[in-house]
Amino acid sequence: MSVTIKDVEHVAKLARLELSVEEQQVFTGQLNAILKYAEKLNELNTEGVEPTSHPMPLSNVMREDEVRPSLPVETVMRNAPDEEDGQIKVPAVLE
Amino acid sequence: MSLFERKLQEIHNDLADRTLSVQDLVNESLYRIQEVDPKVKAFLSVDEEGARQAALSLDEQLAKGGERGLLYGLPAGIKDNMNTEGWKTTCASKFLSNHTSIYDATVVRKLREAQSVTIGKLNMDEFAMGGSNENSGFHPSYNPWNLDYVPGGSSGGSAAAVAAGEVYFALGSDTGGSIRQPAAYCGVVGLKPTYGLVSRFGLVAFASSLDQIGPITKNVEDTAYVLQAIAGHDPLDSTSLKSTIPDYISSLTGDVKNLRIAVPKEYMGEGVSPQVKESVLSALKVLEGLGATWEEVSLPHTEYAVATYYLLASSEASSNLARFDGVRYGVRTDNADNLIELYRKSRSEGFGAEVKRRIMLGTYALSSGYYDAYYLKAQKVRTLIKQDFEKVFEQYDVIIGPTAPTPAFRIGEQVDDPLTMYLNDILTIPVSLAGIPAISIPCGAVDGLPVGLQIIGKALDEATVLRTAHAFEQHTEFHKARPQL
Repeated sequence: MSVTIKDVEHVAKLARLELSVEEQQVFTGQLNAILKYAEKLNELNTEGVEPTSHPMPLSNVMREDEVRPSLPVETVMRNAPDEEDGQIKVPAVLE
Repeated sequence: MSLFERKLQEIHNDLADRTLSVQDLVNESLYRIQEVDPKVKAFLSVDEEGARQAALSLDEQLAKGGERGLLYGLPAGIKDNMNTEGWKTTCASKFLSNHTSIYDATVVRKLREAQSVTIGKLNMDEFAMGGSNENSGFHPSYNPWNLDYVPGGSSGGSAAAVAAGEVYFALGSDTGGSIRQPAAYCGVVGLKPTYGLVSRFGLVAFASSLDQIGPITKNVEDTAYVLQAIAGHDPLDSTSLKSTIPDYISSLTGDVKNLRIAVPKEYMGEGVSPQVKESVLSALKVLEGLGATWEEVSLPHTEYAVATYYLLASSEASSNLARFDGVRYGVRTDNADNLIELYRKSRSEGFGAEVKRRIMLGTYALSSGYYDAYYLKAQKVRTLIKQDFEKVFEQYDVIIGPTAPTPAFRIGEQVDDPLTMYLNDILTIPVSLAGIPAISIPCGAVDGLPVGLQIIGKALDEATVLRTAHAFEQHTEFHKARPQL
């Protein structure tokens, strides 16, 4: 499995990144090196081995469905790059 | 002698007698920062005014007969990926250069309850991705022992600030070794607790199944105090464990008689510097002299840990960092005509190369067609790595080896070769994947650069890890060495 510059372009699109041609070239080489190293894992037979997604035995942590106070809108807006009438403003979503 | 060379109990006695004030301690910290931080560059921000205010109010409180908290008056630094209300929290990323926290991380709240004084926020590799602090979006930090060398990472600012005497203690976060490796490189004590022991609420997430906050201090006793203050269940973190918190401070008995130590041959093999091995073997002799026994064991899947880690951590990071889109906070591009462009340009302008590289790797590993081959495979190997430890712990109390294969490396030495850089973490990553606790303590030096000893324990058995580390420290002088700055 070898990563091409086209793959890098595609993955960047999925990751919402815009890479320069130079970055695309550098990442193609580096991702290939890292993924080649990762192929080491194929030396291991993992048939029947359960995957570990989380190191400690915890699942379905539930809490009472009680309403708790949220952060005030004015506080949250302090970090917003653009705001209008207590709402975050973004460029057009639809053409 | 610096006030920070004194033991916590001595400082507290003098504070109680009022022969010392919290303002003295804070002045010491601020003075030292002014004196050495232009060289070490450990801090991203210092709140002089706020720290002085806090000190004054703690002094007044005590004068009125108030109770002293566990960490009363001690100047602390906090890694800049933990939210501190009203302070900048940047994760050393240009993307968050304008971001001010609007709430406190649980650990920050707990430090305040324990009455320590936060002095400032500490440098790190951007979003905790890296092992040298060279990936900080603002400036690198420097190793106080030799300014041409890296302090390690990603909690490099935290380790350097403690080593340089700028704060009494610091908090770091560890995903694959980010507390232990810089602690080793800077000659200080760093503990990564069991996954889930310390709340991650308010810690900016890198790889959620691995991230864990822990103390960086100058000696093991202080680590026990800080851990006591920050450990415990938090309903705001759904991965937080509901276990009872033992008294870590009283676990420091100095007694390691009949302690069964395992030394993995993979941790003492090829790639580990001979001088580092020698330091570890001398440390084992010290523990042997105190009545402990050690035997060589095998953790056979060690060589697969780095590959496993980089697939899993990068995958989790690619998902976690999706939240940085330039909409609600952070730096937004000026050049976007539509929403997708706003996402892409804001992210590309704000993130550094290592962060982009890991997002790319993670997105690739999770993308359609590759998920089973990379992500799922790595999760299965994670199980095998975890089982390696479980088997050894059936017969042994702790596992001991080096924290890192070599002492600190030169700035710039590995910067163009991400894979070589990743291999520095080969001895800390397996522990992170298994979720178990481990400490790094000073155990020697090579050419004036510190060497770290790693003591690994069973899940939630921080008490035994601390007891072993403390017993070693009582019979050696390594933790007392200080860099000349």
